[in-house]
Amino acid sequence: MEQKCQDCDATMKILDDVVVGEIISCPDCGNEFEVSKIDSNNVTLSPAESVGEDWGE
Amino acid sequence: MNNRISIIYDRVRWEEKEIFKALEHKNIQFSKFDAKTLVLHSDDSVQSIQDVYGNSILQRCISHYRGMLIAHYLESKNCSVVNNSSTSRTCGNKFLSTLAFEKAGIATPLTLFSFSDKSAVNSVASLGYPSVLKPIVGSWGRGVVKLNDMDSAKALIEMRYNDDGLLSKIFYIQQHVNRPPRDIRTVVVGNEVLGAEYRYSSNDDWRTNLSLGAKIENCPMTKELEDVVIKASESVGGGILGVDLMESDDGLLVHEINNNVEFKGISKFTNDNIAHKIVDYIDTVSKR
Repeated sequence: MEQKCQDCDATMKILDDVVVGEIISCPDCGNEFEVSKIDSNNVTLSPAESVGEDWGE
Repeated sequence: MNNRISIIYDRVRWEEKEIFKALEHKNIQFSKFDAKTLVLHSDDSVQSIQDVYGNSILQRCISHYRGMLIAHYLESKNCSVVNNSSTSRTCGNKFLSTLAFEKAGIATPLTLFSFSDKSAVNSVASLGYPSVLKPIVGSWGRGVVKLNDMDSAKALIEMRYNDDGLLSKIFYIQQHVNRPPRDIRTVVVGNEVLGAEYRYSSNDDWRTNLSLGAKIENCPMTKELEDVVIKASESVGGGILGVDLMESDDGLLVHEINNNVEFKGISKFTNDNIAHKIVDYIDTVSKR
């Protein structure tokens, strides 16, 4: 599957085993998108949450 | 095994996908909940919450406070959460982790705590240079800075003090440990240490975080390492943890335990399937 980056229009490849909640990074601009919905072969992306001060392992 | 398991997450990383696959492989019914979409009602009954989340919950939020507070909520409804809220609270806060290590008699770097810029500068002077200033919450080496001399210490402490962060006026300053250019990451699940790796800092950074370009190598497991890791894990309440250690002139020092451990790298160096071990552990805990 492929999607266009919502910011720079680059092509982002999406693997077949993608799951909701996974993060897709644009190879060109580095922006991150979260997979919010998967419908048959169609993946909906939303802007990913930005890194918070309390994020970590 | 047919217990229902819930996984609460806020970002699906490689690790979460591996855990999903392990649950499917073991034919265990499970539900996934994105923490960002949850709305929890204070007055929901224990039964109604257990009907939704089942009897066993794995908490894998990347946001410390989000995950810890959700664990508190679910435990208040008598749900079993791994890692539990107490372990999350201790591991997600370096101040509390250090206190837990000291209380349990675990060797850890000398750390001074102070609560204003002036007292922080004084604390560095008493520790000596270089020292290490760390934010008490956060990970991946972010905000961890070496204080090489008085000038840099004053500047960096002043910058931190003037930051708007909620915890920026609490200073956690640690002795700089004379160690090889690496630390040791171990993964422990329950009372089993599943693997260890060396993390070598990259050429342009002294920190050993993978996110900063560190390189990893297998670290042979020894009885000493295993014993220290298990003891450290127990000091924070146990669970699914990443215990980080340094090799000092005086032996192994535990400096941090990660409550939401990433295990992609270390999986290369262990014959165990860590995701399968995690699933087995959750199942065991839920039956206690």
